[in-house]
Amino acid sequence: MALRKIDHEAVEARLSALDLPQGPSWAAAARRDALERVRAGGLPQRRDEYWRFTRPDSLIQPEPTPAQVLREEGSEIFSGIDRLRIVFRDGVFDPEASDDLAAEGVAIERVAQSGDIHWARDLYGKLEVRGQEPVSRPLAALNTAFATDGLLIRATGKVRRPVALVYLHEQEQSDAILHHVVKVEEGAELTLLETGPAAARFNTVTEVEVADRATFHHVRAQGRDHERRAVTHVFARLGGECVFKCFTLTANGMMTRNEAVIELAGDDAVAHVAGAAVGDGDFHHDDTVFVTHEGRNCESRQVFKKVLRNGATGVFQGKILVRQSAQKTDGYQISQSLLLDGDSQFLAKPELEIYADDVQCSHGSTSGAIDEDAMFYLRSRGVEQSDAQDLLTLAFLAEAIDEIDDRMIAEDLVTQLERWLSRRRR
Amino acid sequence: MTVLDTDIREGVDRETVERVQAMAGKYKHGWETDIEMEFAPKGLNTDIVRLISEKNAEPEWMTDWRLKAFERWQQMEEPDWAMIQHPPIDYQEQYYYAKPKSMMEKPKSLDEVDPKLLQTYEKLGIPLKEQMILAGVEGAEEAPAEGRKVAVDAVFDSVSVGTTFQKELAKAGVIFCSISEAIREHPELVKKYLGSVVPIQDNFFATLNSAVFSDGSFVYVPPGVKCPMELSTYFRINAENTGQFERTLIIADKGSYVSYLEGCTAPQRDTAQLHAAVVELVALEDAEIKYSTVQNWYPGDENGKGGIYNFVTKRADCRGDRSKVMWTQVETGSAVTWKYPSCILRGDDSQGEFYSIAITNNWQQADTGTKMIHLGKRTRSRIVSKGISAGHAQNTYRGLVSMHPKAKESRNYTQCDSLLIGDQCGAHTVPYIEVKNNSSRAEHEATTSKVDDDQMFYCQQRGMDEEEAVALIVNGFCKDVLQALPMEFAMEAQQLVAISLEGSVG
Repeated sequence: MALRKIDHEAVEARLSALDLPQGPSWAAAARRDALERVRAGGLPQRRDEYWRFTRPDSLIQPEPTPAQVLREEGSEIFSGIDRLRIVFRDGVFDPEASDDLAAEGVAIERVAQSGDIHWARDLYGKLEVRGQEPVSRPLAALNTAFATDGLLIRATGKVRRPVALVYLHEQEQSDAILHHVVKVEEGAELTLLETGPAAARFNTVTEVEVADRATFHHVRAQGRDHERRAVTHVFARLGGECVFKCFTLTANGMMTRNEAVIELAGDDAVAHVAGAAVGDGDFHHDDTVFVTHEGRNCESRQVFKKVLRNGATGVFQGKILVRQSAQKTDGYQISQSLLLDGDSQFLAKPELEIYADDVQCSHGSTSGAIDEDAMFYLRSRGVEQSDAQDLLTLAFLAEAIDEIDDRMIAEDLVTQLERWLSRRRR
Repeated sequence: MTVLDTDIREGVDRETVERVQAMAGKYKHGWETDIEMEFAPKGLNTDIVRLISEKNAEPEWMTDWRLKAFERWQQMEEPDWAMIQHPPIDYQEQYYYAKPKSMMEKPKSLDEVDPKLLQTYEKLGIPLKEQMILAGVEGAEEAPAEGRKVAVDAVFDSVSVGTTFQKELAKAGVIFCSISEAIREHPELVKKYLGSVVPIQDNFFATLNSAVFSDGSFVYVPPGVKCPMELSTYFRINAENTGQFERTLIIADKGSYVSYLEGCTAPQRDTAQLHAAVVELVALEDAEIKYSTVQNWYPGDENGKGGIYNFVTKRADCRGDRSKVMWTQVETGSAVTWKYPSCILRGDDSQGEFYSIAITNNWQQADTGTKMIHLGKRTRSRIVSKGISAGHAQNTYRGLVSMHPKAKESRNYTQCDSLLIGDQCGAHTVPYIEVKNNSSRAEHEATTSKVDDDQMFYCQQRGMDEEEAVALIVNGFCKDVLQALPMEFAMEAQQLVAISLEGSVG
């Protein structure tokens, strides 16, 4: 095998800018292990196949590039929804601004303040390690080792109010590393919302275990500060007959790499991962998804839509791996981009790797401009050019947004998109 | 059931049984011809490279070209990104040059030809007249030809043993000869085009080929000429431990057309054999090249022993505006296939097409696909790939569609379908799609499924056994590609589909 030359200098430079956090004792071993893995495996490099379309430089350099803070006007997203609001300022939990963490059916704790013996010990860094095969994700290992804050969320019943994490960005040089662990117990239901830019540079890992017959909804709206950079990882392991749905809206941001690693371990489970991204200018957005089917008769869907203009870049790397045990798998994957002008680009690598014969798997990927016939139809009925373009753009994104079950949440995201479209014209 | 019914049913069965038997058990071309061969010493070093060059009576510039490639190759590493696994190849354990001894002098008639060589051609299904020419019989060209004309160039281990219909082709101005002859007779063309599509430093296997290729075919079609017949090359690896490294160069000058067929077979052996070919196509303005391959190298036995390691670099350069290249391949053989026939769509309005059937059974592994690189404006490409995996085989489609910023208003359509037969095999799809302008459109679709139960039931209910039913359904699955093949190959390919899947069910 051609040996990958590890840039140890870059690794040490990055590590020297970090302090090992004073965490709970139960997490110490996982952290040490993660640090060793970073040292041994190195950080992402430009020549790595897994980083073929995205330059990791700004995500691994020792200090973050400063990002101007954008003062949001108007009301906060999801403010119309009855939710348990938890605030992080530049990656630090703010108890003053947050609601009381006590809620029915769910236990929420800060990692740093959790007791010595903890259920999260079996998950913290553990799902992340499982997600390192067959492709390594060093930025997730770095996160496990150095995360300074994060929550442990355990749902035991049907949680009525969504848990909403609000990430505020206030300092231009902030470098936030958050690590959350979520456990949805058998038959329980939980919705997790995440919004905001978080920091100039944001690295977050969310490890999720969904037990048999449990339901987990995850909706994210990544903040639109133009200069922010983010790398996120979701590692999920699903039990039998459970439902996992994850949706991410990204509007602007200089650099975003969202990785989702989903393992369908039990039978008859459902996993949907979807995303809508709109961006212009320096915007670089990368969705990297890896779905592994182990259990029988599971369904997985990946739906990703990107609207790009002014030289923006959209990346999609999606993989469905069906192991021999996963007979009767139904796997679906679609990635589409709408290029609003000539400078933008869409780079995709939709993969299938299948070892079971009784399966239905398909993937599709398209890229192109707005359909001229549709445009002509609208124009001939008196719709202004720009309105017609907005209408068609929203229609294009609708398939991804339809993946969200909760109508109120979906409407809020559509409002965000409409705002993005109208801002563009000013 | 009446007696009559049974008879008819038995009749059908008998016929099919006979047909399957006629298709000769497992691997039809598994025989080997015991011919006295002239070998160069085993192993690879500059002396061997020089020797090959010397044997072909090459000019100095060619020797230097080879040495440059060899020097480069020594610094290269074997690529490992493909989804294939095989024991490491010992490049020093191979013969890089083997030539039938009877080629030394030209025979006067067929009686003087080494009968074993003739048997070889007969087994390959080459008509008598072509046999005479291939055997190098003097005056054979004047003998009357039978049926439809196909000009044949046969490459036996390392050397081209003869090319048919050269004179008739020459009348049209078409040059069709072995590449070693072209290097001697048409150095200006070879110098200009050799390595211009696949540069010597291109990749590990192409560079190795550049250093040690011993023969291959050369075609030049002059401006405005529609080649009067199909051109064909038959490749055969015969000698043991011999690597075959052929090099094909086809140039279609402005406004010309040529259709080229390629077939390959090898004897059954327990040890794996190496094959690393390079094919370069150049299409100038308004020219069109059709390149069809039926690759049926020995795939190894049902336990994965032996077989050909097939590492091939095939690339077409649509250099002129409105040029067109069409690749069609039926890949049923080889233990390992690593092959990506590609098109560089450089000229405006140029077109590239890729139609592929890859069938892997037993322990075969195929990692194959294409690259469509859109550089010119309004360029179009179409990819249709059908992968069939049975037994313990692994079948991967790997492809790239790249639309450069300047390739305005370009189009691509890709369809990759995989079929799985049995639960021990794998089918994989690894497409790369890069769109860098918004007036272009790229569409990619892929599906993976198994042979439909309803279709199986329908066929079996009408008296087919399981194996026949699978063969029929698979042929239907491949129809889009089979239709793109020239007639001569379409029939052979359909039978191959059936043979390749033998023993895959039940």
